[in-house]
Amino acid sequence: MSGDAPLLRLVAAGVHFGDVRALREVNIEVRRGEFVALVGANGSGKTTLLHALHGLVPLTGRREVDDASVPQAMVFQRPFMLRLSVRSNLHVALWLAGVARPSWNDRSAEALRRAGLEELAHRPARTLSAGQQQRLALARAWATRPDILFLDEPTASLDPSAKREIEAMLAQFASDGMTLVMSTHNLGQAKRMASRVIYLDQGEIRADLPTERFFGEHVDPRAELFLRGELTWDL
Amino acid sequence: MIAATGLSLEPAYAPAFESHGLLSLVNSFAESLRTAQHLLLDADPALWRTVRLSLAVSGSACLIAAGFGLAAGAWLAVTRLPGRRLAVAALNTLLAMPSVVVGLVVYLLLSRSGPLGSFGILFTPPAMVIAQTLLVLPIIAALSRQLVADSLRDGGDQLRSLGAGPFTCAVLMLLHERWAVVTVLLTAFGRAVSEVGAVMIVGGNIDGVTRVITTAIALETSKGDLPLALALGLVLLAVIGLVNVAIAVAHRTREPGLAGSP
Repeated sequence: MSGDAPLLRLVAAGVHFGDVRALREVNIEVRRGEFVALVGANGSGKTTLLHALHGLVPLTGRREVDDASVPQAMVFQRPFMLRLSVRSNLHVALWLAGVARPSWNDRSAEALRRAGLEELAHRPARTLSAGQQQRLALARAWATRPDILFLDEPTASLDPSAKREIEAMLAQFASDGMTLVMSTHNLGQAKRMASRVIYLDQGEIRADLPTERFFGEHVDPRAELFLRGELTWDL
Repeated sequence: MIAATGLSLEPAYAPAFESHGLLSLVNSFAESLRTAQHLLLDADPALWRTVRLSLAVSGSACLIAAGFGLAAGAWLAVTRLPGRRLAVAALNTLLAMPSVVVGLVVYLLLSRSGPLGSFGILFTPPAMVIAQTLLVLPIIAALSRQLVADSLRDGGDQLRSLGAGPFTCAVLMLLHERWAVVTVLLTAFGRAVSEVGAVMIVGGNIDGVTRVITTAIALETSKGDLPLALALGLVLLAVIGLVNVAIAVAHRTREPGLAGSP
């Protein structure tokens, strides 16, 4: 973890969907260069917290960004690709990010090279496999040069080989200094990749610790239960 | 012979319905098919003039309505302004607007004593274009609004995450669903080219000036020449079928990999 000022902060943030309180009075800071893993059971509020951090949902409380111009991107569990070619999807993302047109080709070529998709640049994006589409989603996010990247279970429902490819890309992003916030059900993945783990339960943060401490100490009774249940499957 | 419609036809091609019953119906339909075949193969100038005017009027109306209707549909799909639900309900109600009512409204607007009477375009093709534009505008707006709204449920968060504003999201979704948009436009074109009430009222069914296929069919039916009326209908279907086939071929040629993609 770096010692910089928080890149992003939620203060007493709450999110409601009708009568359902999906997030309750959450306080969280994300610092530059961190790799934060959000873990918790289904419906615990991981995705809602990611959306709140990214500014995609209206919330009570405050969302503070270090600099309003901090570029952000998000990769969803089921990446959405426009019915265009692989390269055109990247170009649309660059256009929306305000990148000058002359650099679109270079940026998209570099992003596709990183994702190992150069050969598929002219293929319709929706004809790619699930793993390839997830790599394309990462390439699209990376092409916009975000300071902070949110990932919603980016390897869920992928086969082990595709999972390894995605994890390799994420490790590369992290080593480049990108700030990453990822929700995951895979505790092994959180343990391997994250520098900090946040455990959510019923819309509340019950534990927020460096990865070694989260997995090495008694942190919270419900987190203990959760860890025991998941450990039998993933570790 | 069909002097009033301007279409010439050999007597052998145009027997009237003389008896009733299923056999008579089958015979008449077969006769209509032969008549339609001859009309097409003989390239009757009057017929093609009528077909060309039908396509020009309905095509122009759809193009104009597409410009306004797609923008309105996209906007309605993303706006959160008060009254949006009411606007959507009103738009959906307008889908059922009878074409004669549209024709009557346009007639009143364009008649000599109407507010737009000074343009002097009543009983001309531009008046027919205006009437059909108003007729298909709600179809294009309502269907494109639904299309965009459904697509936004699937990928709206992703586009907003990439930095798109609400209207940009909607326009990108129209691009994303462009072949469905083509289907919407074909639906609108089908409604325009097949309606008779509006163009009859504002066009007047003037031979060689405002006569389109549907008004010709109406005229032949009223004269009792049902085989010719049916044949004209088949010609209209054949033309629309060709347009559909051309679009389908273009789709498969341009984006073969997407033929079965979600």
